[in-house]
Amino acid sequence: MGTLSGLLVTVRTARQGAEMVSDKHGAPYIEEISTLRIHQDDLAELGLEDGGKAALASEHGEIRVFCKAAETPRGLFFLPLGPVANVLFSVHSAKESGVPNWKGIEVTVTGGEGPDKPSGPGQRGES
Amino acid sequence: MTTHDNVVCTFCGCLCDDLEVDVEDNAIKAVRKACLIGKNKIMNALSHAPAIRVNGREASLGAAVEEAARILGEAKNPLVYGMSSTTSEAQREMVDIAEMIRANLDNPSSYCHGPGVLARQQAGLVTCTLGEAKNRADLVIYWGCNPVEAHMRHLTRYSLQPKGLYTPEGRKDRKVVAIDIRQTPTTKRADLFLQVTPGHTFEIASVLRALVNGLEPEFQDGREEVAGVPMESWRRVVEMIKACKYGVLFFGLGVTQCRNTDINVEQVSRLVQDANKHVRFSALAMRGHGNVNGCNQVMTWQTGFPLAVNFSRGFPRHNPGEYSVVPMLARQEVDAALIVATDPGAHLPADAVRFLKTIPVIHLDPHENLTTPWATVVIPVAPVGVAAAGTFYRMDNVPLRVKKMVESPHPSDEDVLKAIKEKIRHVAHT
Repeated sequence: MGTLSGLLVTVRTARQGAEMVSDKHGAPYIEEISTLRIHQDDLAELGLEDGGKAALASEHGEIRVFCKAAETPRGLFFLPLGPVANVLFSVHSAKESGVPNWKGIEVTVTGGEGPDKPSGPGQRGES
Repeated sequence: MTTHDNVVCTFCGCLCDDLEVDVEDNAIKAVRKACLIGKNKIMNALSHAPAIRVNGREASLGAAVEEAARILGEAKNPLVYGMSSTTSEAQREMVDIAEMIRANLDNPSSYCHGPGVLARQQAGLVTCTLGEAKNRADLVIYWGCNPVEAHMRHLTRYSLQPKGLYTPEGRKDRKVVAIDIRQTPTTKRADLFLQVTPGHTFEIASVLRALVNGLEPEFQDGREEVAGVPMESWRRVVEMIKACKYGVLFFGLGVTQCRNTDINVEQVSRLVQDANKHVRFSALAMRGHGNVNGCNQVMTWQTGFPLAVNFSRGFPRHNPGEYSVVPMLARQEVDAALIVATDPGAHLPADAVRFLKTIPVIHLDPHENLTTPWATVVIPVAPVGVAAAGTFYRMDNVPLRVKKMVESPHPSDEDVLKAIKEKIRHVAHT
């Protein structure tokens, strides 16, 4: 399994919004906020199929995600807003007027290190 | 069965006010006309309410209010934070409490559209209502936003498809431009999509300003492109701006959270001012949480500042980056927190959450969320727009009255905050 470096951008997705207002402890919400959108060629470089598991790491933490092929630029990865993504960010990454770098943090993606099921909010890096 | 008409959805800044909700035996039975998120929010409004808890143990409302007042009254440097999903009446109580206990006061806009609020203080903003966009806009620009997924009915109610007074053919009467770093369901609806490289909002706004003002940028490296997009495409955008009768630019977090934050929005605001030398042109922020705009409105009435306020000297001081919630949690200076109608456990960086877990936190919310499991005092409240009425501000600054349709076993945020305030006042005078 390969490793890629790139920029992670957090976004709202329709399913993330719909499940967030239904039940933040429910499996559909946790599954959605653990699903990374990534270019098909990046997936192939990681040695992953669509839906494959990966570890995503920044200087602040590390999480497990499922990878979903999407029409994204290569080297740009997109993860829904939420407590899973937030393991990768830090209050110390806030710049200028107090905004964390949710629209671009350097990360590495390593294929094949995800769990069988999403482990939910509070993955490694959060107590 | 009772059917409520013209119900206001409280999820996002669109505040769609045409919903129909069926209520029977004090239960929501059906929601019509809402988007998927709005429907789920209203259908689940009364579910997953937490128990009243103090230090993890169930307690009475009186005991929880008393403990909340004790914590806030004894704190040396408290944080009062949240408010983005509750009524402006409750927001007013939050400001009152913050002033009384000399707290730091902030709302989630400080890390979302707050940079745009700051920019508007610097540069102003030529803006309009969503009604004007619907009735007049023949050019729509979506920049760094994806309303198809985040503001699901924005396109059908306000910006793309509706037939208006001067746009009788709806979509056919509008040209649409999208600027984003990736393809989205929104960019696929545009006539012209400019896929840009991340982090270049300021440069894009600058080059568009130059072109609108008749200036041609010079490129020393010979590569005539900005943010990975050829100048020819930017010229095309400016041609569309100059050719329209009424343009509206909708900008999202892709602009405000992009590198340079408030400076980006300032330059976008000045671009809109420049466009008004040629045509009528407006811009609107795509506000996220239902009443996050109300936070800015109420804080401005009450303190003079829209966010990031400190009352430690007994009068309001404003300094974004210092009194904004994220930097305050980074410095670990606050020693207690009152958090209402937002869920930091879900929305803030993990180390912010770790720090909050080390101080007493009082949390009011209608639902079990990712803050309720560890908050010191948890008080469930009636969901606004379903079981509590009040005022919400739409993304275009239009205030709307949200309805009460059912009874909740829990009081509103406003009532709980009034009780906490009175208890703090009582303790201070005894």
